Amino acid sequence: MSVLIYAENADGKFKKSIFEAVSYAKAIAAQNNTTLVALSIGNVAAAELSALGKYGAEKVLNVSNDKLKSFVNQAYASVIAEAAKKEGSTIVVLSNSFSGKGLAPRIAVKLGAGLSDGAVSLPDAGARFTVKKSVFSGKAFAVVELTSENKVVSLTPNSYKLVETGGNATVEDFTSDLKDSDFKTIIKDIVKATDKVSLPDAELVVSAGRGLKGPENWGMIEELANLLGAATACSKPVSDAGWRPHSEHVGQTGIAISPNLYIAIGISGAIQHLAGVSSSKVIVVINKDPEAPFFKVADYGIVGDAFEVVPKLIEAVKQLKAS
Amino acid sequence: MKILVCISNVPDTTTKITFTDNNTQFNTAGVQFILNPYDEIALSRAVELAEGGKGTVTVINVGEVSTEPTIRKALAVGADEAVRINAKPHDAYFVAYQIAEYAKDKAFDMILTGRESIDYNGAKVAGMIGELLDIPSVSIIKKLDVDGTTATVDREIESGKEVITIPFPFVAGTAEGVAEWKIPNMRGIMSARTKPLTVVEPKEVKTLSEILSFETPAPRGQVKLVPADDAAKLIDLLHNEARVF
Repeated sequence: MSVLIYAENADGKFKKSIFEAVSYAKAIAAQNNTTLVALSIGNVAAAELSALGKYGAEKVLNVSNDKLKSFVNQAYASVIAEAAKKEGSTIVVLSNSFSGKGLAPRIAVKLGAGLSDGAVSLPDAGARFTVKKSVFSGKAFAVVELTSENKVVSLTPNSYKLVETGGNATVEDFTSDLKDSDFKTIIKDIVKATDKVSLPDAELVVSAGRGLKGPENWGMIEELANLLGAATACSKPVSDAGWRPHSEHVGQTGIAISPNLYIAIGISGAIQHLAGVSSSKVIVVINKDPEAPFFKVADYGIVGDAFEVVPKLIEAVKQLKAS
Repeated sequence: MKILVCISNVPDTTTKITFTDNNTQFNTAGVQFILNPYDEIALSRAVELAEGGKGTVTVINVGEVSTEPTIRKALAVGADEAVRINAKPHDAYFVAYQIAEYAKDKAFDMILTGRESIDYNGAKVAGMIGELLDIPSVSIIKKLDVDGTTATVDREIESGKEVITIPFPFVAGTAEGVAEWKIPNMRGIMSARTKPLTVVEPKEVKTLSEILSFETPAPRGQVKLVPADDAAKLIDLLHNEARVF
């Protein structure tokens, strides 16, 4: 057997969340006394491919078919499942990215595997294969046992540390028979959000709510976020009112995030909002209402008016960066 | 155009989550159950697309008889008919398998699910149905338009969005942006009582996963408050104490 990690690239580069998933998969391989094989699909330079070795991949399978240059959910799932079969990989690991969410269920069905999506820690090393995942939109965790022979695990970004093992990976070309019926979807256009830090990947997030009073006041939120290299986010009432795009809405019906730092400005902390952000490592709350429920789950807080506090924070960050 | 919308019955978003039986069972005492909000968006879009005789909308739920109020709500929003697979949903594969078995000979053009359910947050059912039926699946779409027998969708990606065309039949998981939530009117609520709700017995399926136990997140320590007039102190603490930047 072996463990297979699907190393998804973004424009030919691997993001930190992928190296986290490689580190995680390496630890699973070690638990099972076996090797780690990485699979890359698309155009990735040789140096970037061998970087997967630094985090524990012994071998990298490289698929560089022209038909697979851009993401096709069905076809990618077929290639990954085929690689798992050829390599005798009984455990397949992916990052729980947007593409990973599309791939993992299809791969699991192809392999007759149980799927533990959104894992937040290593499987238990005991006789039973159990993985912890976030459930009830961040309000709880479930320990899930995969009882099938084959297993698929997807890892929540920013929940496992990078571990450099310093090895070198050998890179091999991997070809697979492609079925035309796997290519029914066609990408017409890719619209990139302009030079902003992507929220699902962000380590630092500055978020604001109705306390900001109107969309015209987001300038200072963006300035603070830019200075910190943080992504911007918002609460549901703000995206519902059209002040900010839906893609920024974090919470139970928006997206769930687990950054290292979440700064909530003018957000009271309704249970639905907390659900989406409670796995943030450090939470800072700025609110003029000392009774705001958000303070109960915060690590740091300032009771004060956002319009007075945020400019001071901006000034302080500027000074810190200058020093 | 025949549309199938998969709906799940989930605890209301304000629910305080607790467990019983030594943390192995979700405590449903006093919990209000609702139509999963993402499924409701899928349903709203399906009803819009089918309006004016352009199609029919069937909703399907894998659940016990206790889910019927949620199914009636979906009928009140505008679905034409409902199907309930009479089983306690064991895991995503169980649910996807039952839906695929029901759908496989019914020629649905489009099968929609919410991006995920707000209880188990798996985002797995759409992809599994796609694979079981060997048709395309797209996870997390924010826009859905139909032209003839082809749909155009916006798929969410980390750096923005992909605009994708996808021929019938397909499966997609919908998120905010696909439609506005519809509030059922009195006519909808009245007509929902008489719309057909068919109960189908489940097929046997192999068990692939089990939830062994639940945990609640460790409580955070006391909040450290910084005075508003010394906001710079917060940046100092985040830099030197929490070391987050």
